Amino acid sequence: MEMTYRDALRQALADAMRDDPDVVIMGEEVGRYGGAYGVTKDLIRDFGPDRVIDTPISEPAIVGAAVGAAMTGLRPVAELMYVDFIGMTMDQLANQAAKIRYMFGGQIGVPMVLRTQGGTGRSAGAQHSQSLEAYVMHTPGLRLAMPATVADAYHLLRQALTKPDPVVFIEHKALYTMKEDVDLSAPALEWGKAAVRRTGDDLVIVTYSRQLHYALDAAKTLSAQGIEATVIDLRTLNPLDFETIRPHVERVGRVMVVSEGAMTCGVAAELAARITEECFDFLHDPVIRVAGEDIPISVSTQLESGSVPGPKLIAETAGRLFA
Amino acid sequence: MTLQHPIPGSNTDLHRLYQEMRRVRSFEERVGELFVRGQTAGSMLHLSIGEESAAVGVCAAMQPQDTFTTHHRGHGIFLARGADPARMMAEIGGKEAGYCHGKGGSMHIADMGLGHLGANAIVGGGIPTVVGAGLAARHKKTGAVSVAFFGDGATGQGILYESMNMAALWGLPVVFCCINNQYGMGTRIDQATANTRLHERAQAFGLNGETVDGLDVESVAAAARRIVDAARAGKPGFLAVDCYRFYGHARKDKSPYRDAAEEDAGRQKDPVAHARARLIAAGLVTAADLDALDAAIDAEMDATIDFTIAQAEPPLSSMFRDVYDPSEPEPEPVRTRLDRVLARE
Repeated sequence: MEMTYRDALRQALADAMRDDPDVVIMGEEVGRYGGAYGVTKDLIRDFGPDRVIDTPISEPAIVGAAVGAAMTGLRPVAELMYVDFIGMTMDQLANQAAKIRYMFGGQIGVPMVLRTQGGTGRSAGAQHSQSLEAYVMHTPGLRLAMPATVADAYHLLRQALTKPDPVVFIEHKALYTMKEDVDLSAPALEWGKAAVRRTGDDLVIVTYSRQLHYALDAAKTLSAQGIEATVIDLRTLNPLDFETIRPHVERVGRVMVVSEGAMTCGVAAELAARITEECFDFLHDPVIRVAGEDIPISVSTQLESGSVPGPKLIAETAGRLFA
Repeated sequence: MTLQHPIPGSNTDLHRLYQEMRRVRSFEERVGELFVRGQTAGSMLHLSIGEESAAVGVCAAMQPQDTFTTHHRGHGIFLARGADPARMMAEIGGKEAGYCHGKGGSMHIADMGLGHLGANAIVGGGIPTVVGAGLAARHKKTGAVSVAFFGDGATGQGILYESMNMAALWGLPVVFCCINNQYGMGTRIDQATANTRLHERAQAFGLNGETVDGLDVESVAAAARRIVDAARAGKPGFLAVDCYRFYGHARKDKSPYRDAAEEDAGRQKDPVAHARARLIAAGLVTAADLDALDAAIDAEMDATIDFTIAQAEPPLSSMFRDVYDPSEPEPEPVRTRLDRVLARE
């Protein structure tokens, strides 16, 4: 059936809440308002205010309370309205949630999900448009999922809600209205596995979240020029499925990593370093990063879209590898 | 839940409270000794000498199903809750036999069996945990109260106010216990805030709020029982226990920021000596009885040092364990990756 990314997320939450009475949602505007982006619409009607909890605007305590609830038997889904607010919560996320299992010698885990959304595309300005996944990926103990497709929006969230460790789940704000024809009852790809979305012999593009769609658009353009790309969607950044990437890199020998996050010390930087170390003898060119500019995001749509990769930049960059 | 030590709340008579406080004092003195002997793993040791009535009095008001978090000066609280002092000392020493297999240490000790959701080295870091634990307790109808213990320094942290607001808004079974030892590291409370009547802040959020003098452990226990019982019935509360930190912030701190006269006066506010004097004055026990009790406690705590010194450090192979759940692969060691990368021809 045809559904949107937003509907798939809502369906995942509703199904998880039906299957597991310990799943509770807490965050700003998640109940009566239905979520700033409408993801939790009507869930308060179906599950009541004790399980869909509207909170004050207190991001550190929202995440901190989710940590405490997760340690004492609930499976909370805390919603952070924008990933840009993650700095507010970083102590509870990075010093508490991420380290509790380890510091306490394995006595207890923190099975919570922090749902949030990021990225450009809504002219939302410098404090509501960032791609901060590298902050999370740089913190051992936190799992990180970033769905690019409607089916993954559903399945990765369902899977996240069965995981024993804290999962940061970053949606992309520009994908909420994207529609796909999906069969949610079909078997899902395993958690932690990257998906090969397209196969070609000339170039490997490794990407995730909205940039997957830009990479696939670029791959079409490149195909018309006789360049066939393999496009890999990471789906989860922790765990990172390098074993799916490796054979394609070794087979093809040319790699681009595409990420919306700022280039310096970003996800693309980590992947480029990793691929270079692990697959050096197979590479014909340096691993190329196509990533966000090292600047804040502007509210001007022209400056906003110009500061992150798009299909044109991806295709042009790939073309230059073969010039 | 199995308790290695009887729950203090089962008997709050003064003799028992004295015994618990004396155990805390003796333990803390031996933590200092372990440090002097170079046997502690960490350099960060924060002793609660002078604050025993807060730990013992509040724990006396708690029930077995209750949970709690502590700050970095939390040895006394955990001990008053019934912790095994040998396993505590071993954890402080970074040994495998410790509560957290040597990974946590003094500031990150925890024990789910006793409802200890963790000590914290971030000032205020464990406070919102009890809001979540309160939500879970209500959702699962466990009847548990969750108590956050923290110092006066944490009243400078915004998360305390976010947490108190949520607890009051939702009527959670939660207690915020501020052990006011007058100092956040070297900054006295009146140098950190204009209004030192800390319980008024809680009252402003709609919580029950009290301040009690920590000199008298029975007063602390009585105030704690009022606050904890009300929280169990859905009215969260805040209790400030006024006391004095006898020694420096951490083991090496000689407190140059406060003068000898102040320290002498502060150390007069000794809850252990006060309880002892009252017991003897009331004719309940003799000084000789208490000397014998003290000697037995000191012997128990001396044994924790011998135990700790005899224990092994955690094996190097445990380093990658418990980053994630045991059902998940451990992170790949850097050395393994280097070996693989450098093995190419």
